[in-house]
Amino acid sequence: METVTITMKNAPALFLEADTISPDAFAGKSAAQIAELPVFEGNNPSTLGKYFEIRGGAGATAADTKIVVSGDVAKVKYIGFKMTGGEVVVEKSTDQYVGAWMKGGRITVKGDVAAFAGTAMKGGEMVIEGNAGNYLGAAYRGDWRGMSGGKILVKGNAGSDTGMYMLGGEITVNGNIDVHVMTHAEGGTVIVRGNAKSKVGGQMVDGNIYIFGTIDVMMPGFKPNGEVELEVGGTKAKFAHFIGDVGERHKKKKGQVVYGNLYKKI
Amino acid sequence: MTKTITDVICPFCGTLCDDVEVVVSDDGKKLLEVANACVIGTEKFLHSQEPDRVTRPRLRQEDGSWKTVSYEEAADYTAKMLAKAKKPLMYGWSSTNCEAQSIGNEIAEIAKSCCDNTAAVCHGTTLIAVQDIGLPSCTLGEIKNRADRVIFWGCNPAHAHPRHMSRYSIFPRGFFTGKGQMSRKMVVVDPRCTDTAKMADVHLQIQQGHDYELLDALRVALKGEWLPDSVAGIPAEKIREVADIMKSGRFGIIFFGMGVTQSLSKNHNIDAAIALTKDLNEHTKFSIMPMRGHYNVTGSGEVFAWQFGFPYSVDLTRGFARYNPGDSSSVDLLTRGEVDAMFTIGSDPGAHFPISAVKGIAKVDSVCIDPHMTPTSGVSKLHVPVAFNGVECGGNCYRMDNVPIDCRKVVEPPEGMLTDQEFLTMVLDRLKKLKGVA
Repeated sequence: METVTITMKNAPALFLEADTISPDAFAGKSAAQIAELPVFEGNNPSTLGKYFEIRGGAGATAADTKIVVSGDVAKVKYIGFKMTGGEVVVEKSTDQYVGAWMKGGRITVKGDVAAFAGTAMKGGEMVIEGNAGNYLGAAYRGDWRGMSGGKILVKGNAGSDTGMYMLGGEITVNGNIDVHVMTHAEGGTVIVRGNAKSKVGGQMVDGNIYIFGTIDVMMPGFKPNGEVELEVGGTKAKFAHFIGDVGERHKKKKGQVVYGNLYKKI
Repeated sequence: MTKTITDVICPFCGTLCDDVEVVVSDDGKKLLEVANACVIGTEKFLHSQEPDRVTRPRLRQEDGSWKTVSYEEAADYTAKMLAKAKKPLMYGWSSTNCEAQSIGNEIAEIAKSCCDNTAAVCHGTTLIAVQDIGLPSCTLGEIKNRADRVIFWGCNPAHAHPRHMSRYSIFPRGFFTGKGQMSRKMVVVDPRCTDTAKMADVHLQIQQGHDYELLDALRVALKGEWLPDSVAGIPAEKIREVADIMKSGRFGIIFFGMGVTQSLSKNHNIDAAIALTKDLNEHTKFSIMPMRGHYNVTGSGEVFAWQFGFPYSVDLTRGFARYNPGDSSSVDLLTRGEVDAMFTIGSDPGAHFPISAVKGIAKVDSVCIDPHMTPTSGVSKLHVPVAFNGVECGGNCYRMDNVPIDCRKVVEPPEGMLTDQEFLTMVLDRLKKLKGVA
């Protein structure tokens, strides 16, 4: 695997839309060619090389390309946008849409990410060592198809609307989570090792939520359904089981109504 | 001698009352009296007659004072600001007519700006929910003639839309509602005991921020399923009783306001309320309608949607329309420091945005087009006073139920003052020249 290191040298005055920082866009290009890739600061078209110093070269394909993003990229959006393979390592915090619509490969962010990380993600793996913003692994605005595959791990806390319209895949949050977890979800899994606030699983059709900590306010549409012993993410524990959201529409499988599952550790 | 003009449209709130009467002087230059309008609408008309009104553009000087400039100089300044900016924000539009909004959209497209209307801090969340799951709605006329179940959720029309209840929702005797308020059951959901709540048959005094749970509980109650003993501070029996009241009507309507659109859960509250409306249609006929605030905020959404495909928070910086409130919405753009110029028209973000966003306006080049002196004109570099829409010039606007109504001019503006349309056209011509657009 070839490595390209891009380092912020001229920080943008506004925010930078750099949807070209992905192994797919870099693949098969030299440092000079990568420097010519387009980016936007507001309505002003520019090139990656104007903001970043670029060292190394990309592999022949996305899967052979690793990108290390260093320097202050707190005002850079769309890192790893639509990537299908390879690896991206962001050494500090970054802004919105990290790994949005990604299909494969791996993204590691060693700081925080802002909202809309993993929007409509289809595959691959994302590790966020800090906190994640709102709409993690959610659908894009107006779409009814959220994250459908892949894995996201947030070592810190996550914001609100995590997994909205989720269809598949798995999101693990080691810290706490804000309101609205898996709203409108029709599949997939969210594991929260910390505490949740409220609106957990609202309007959920199908899918699984595991909460290890507390839930401040339960949704009234989740009906108690006994207790179960489960192994979740390597931890064996006893969980209270709830099914719902009873107020929402549900599919039937073999004559049985399929509900979303909410498991809360006892 | 004076003249009385009848059937005047009130340009204050989204109710767009169309039965106002205005008395003007014989020469049509002075507005003397207003009849039929509510106290807020009356003030809007009379405010145009204030003797201390600013009648020419003012440019902020380095020492903080204002210098009066001509409309030509103001249009030059505005066009140059928009041409230079990398990410200008053009915000407001809700207190101007659709014709001006459309010229504004042309400017926005050439300037490649972000454009947004007051829905961003009002019913924008409603528009998100509508895009997510649709909107079973109707007109205010249908409500007047048919509705026998009226729910006010998180809104207080007694104060915010003062004539709404008398013209459309509670008191009028309609074709199938011959007994006026006697033929209607009124439910109010509000954490406060408002003047609207005091009139209700049932007031659900909900815990603040728990609307989403209560809406979900009503959906569960409609299905006859298990409920916890109490939801959002309301006992389960009461929730089932209200669900029965809703089901037993012939035609129901849910009106909702900022109490749900801008409290915790925002768009999800409306999403759940629309889903509840959909569920209720399995039992009877039910509709839902946002209580839109500014008199033409609905029109701004219509014009944005017609020209750009999205009703608010549109980002044109890349040359095509993108829409993602949270990223492209005004408060976020300003607090995050994403924009480098601010153009405000027909609204007052200075009074209604969070202070962090208002500070964002103060940091960048800014123009405020508004007949009044407002907190926004106070923080802007250029203030362009214009004629009052709906008082000193006519134009198209949309009522809260999406019915287009033409406003009327009833009095002349002070001599030499331009309308929004005229000033925006001057800006557009100059911007085209600066950008080399034919």
